[in-house]
Amino acid sequence: MTEAPTPLWEVFVRSRNGLAHKHAGSVHAADAQMALQAARDVYTRRGEGLSVWVVPSNAITASDPADREMLFEPTGSKIYRHPTFYEVPDEVGHM
Amino acid sequence: MYTQALNTKETVTAAEDPAREARFQARIDAEDRIEPNDWMPEAYRRTLVRQISQHAHSEIIGMQPEGNWITRAPSLRRKAALLAKVQDEGGHGLYLYAAAETLGVSREEVTDQLLSGRAKYSSIFNYPTLTWADIGTIGWLVDGAAIMNQIPLCRCSYGPYARAMIRICREESFHQRQGYEIMVTLANGTPEQKEMAQDALNRWWWPSLMMFGPPDTASQHSDKSMQWKIKRFSNDELRQKFIDATVPQARHIGLTMPDPDMRFNEATGHWEHGPIDWEEFKRVIAGGGPCNRQRLTHRNKVHAEGAWVREAALAFAEKERARTQQKAA
Ligand SMILES: [Fe+2]
Ligand SMILES: [Fe+2]
Repeated sequence: MTEAPTPLWEVFVRSRNGLAHKHAGSVHAADAQMALQAARDVYTRRGEGLSVWVVPSNAITASDPADREMLFEPTGSKIYRHPTFYEVPDEVGHM
Repeated sequence: MYTQALNTKETVTAAEDPAREARFQARIDAEDRIEPNDWMPEAYRRTLVRQISQHAHSEIIGMQPEGNWITRAPSLRRKAALLAKVQDEGGHGLYLYAAAETLGVSREEVTDQLLSGRAKYSSIFNYPTLTWADIGTIGWLVDGAAIMNQIPLCRCSYGPYARAMIRICREESFHQRQGYEIMVTLANGTPEQKEMAQDALNRWWWPSLMMFGPPDTASQHSDKSMQWKIKRFSNDELRQKFIDATVPQARHIGLTMPDPDMRFNEATGHWEHGPIDWEEFKRVIAGGGPCNRQRLTHRNKVHAEGAWVREAALAFAEKERARTQQKAA
């Protein structure tokens, strides 16, 4: 039996107003509306959310873990991007 | 546990890339989590796919023995709780399938492995639920055993599996408590009710102990799984924790474990059990349990009956897509 595969969606849930949506998991659904319904049933059975986003999984472009050093290492040496790099006279107090 | 069949032997292939594998192991040793696109040894991926999908299948098949009693629950309160519990188990299956899919298998593939009987699921779900007390016993013992096994899995080295387990563990506590509450009620009820509770305990106790898998002396899979921090405790360690936790719970409500050899060892502080019938375990895993056929037949039947729904939903989605495209043109 060869059935057509049902598309995969990534689910993001906002648990409280004031917080960003956070990745919760994924669901399979034929279309966006059914994906939302499934996401609600699967990921918010105990008041975990006030808002749900579903995104087709194949619409996400992800960085390659192999590029991790190239992408993220350079910031390691840029300590002048942090406030603690700068000297402020003690008498001035908290800044 | 829900993945007992992993305890069968598998030929370990030679390291594909020793240097890479050493770096991988160093990350694991440093308690770093492995994420889906990270490099991983093929055997690690394979072990996880099998373990996670077997775990998912167990959740899904596990809906059947309890679903059997939804329409016959003795009160609306019990019915609502059981319905919510069975729905949770369906949810657990779905979180886990999603985690397995991050390793490069499709939902269709793993579903097909279950339907065709090639994949295993926990032996415990091949026993019948004969009375209402079985529902109490399952929540108390089967979910209780599952919790013992699943809490350490929340720290599993594979990120998506660990995250799914955290979500599951948060939901399991209710399952166990509602089960024990049923047992408390029956044990404090009429003599017939108490007898029913004891009878269910008699039938489920040994299969519950088998959920943890073969004794450490016979388990061939644990070493690698321990080294990879997929598993953090051995079968026997988890089984012992479970026994130590549940024996006092049974005694508290005047029920007795059906084990004449059960005794408390003052020196070790542990409850010691009599011999487990591993022949029965092997038989049930191999398909010879009381309900193996029924469980799989039912799963196949409902899957086939749902085919037109999946087809119709996809056809509708396709039609909508064509319509939007036309409007845009
Ligand atoms: Fe579960
Ligand atoms: Fe459960």
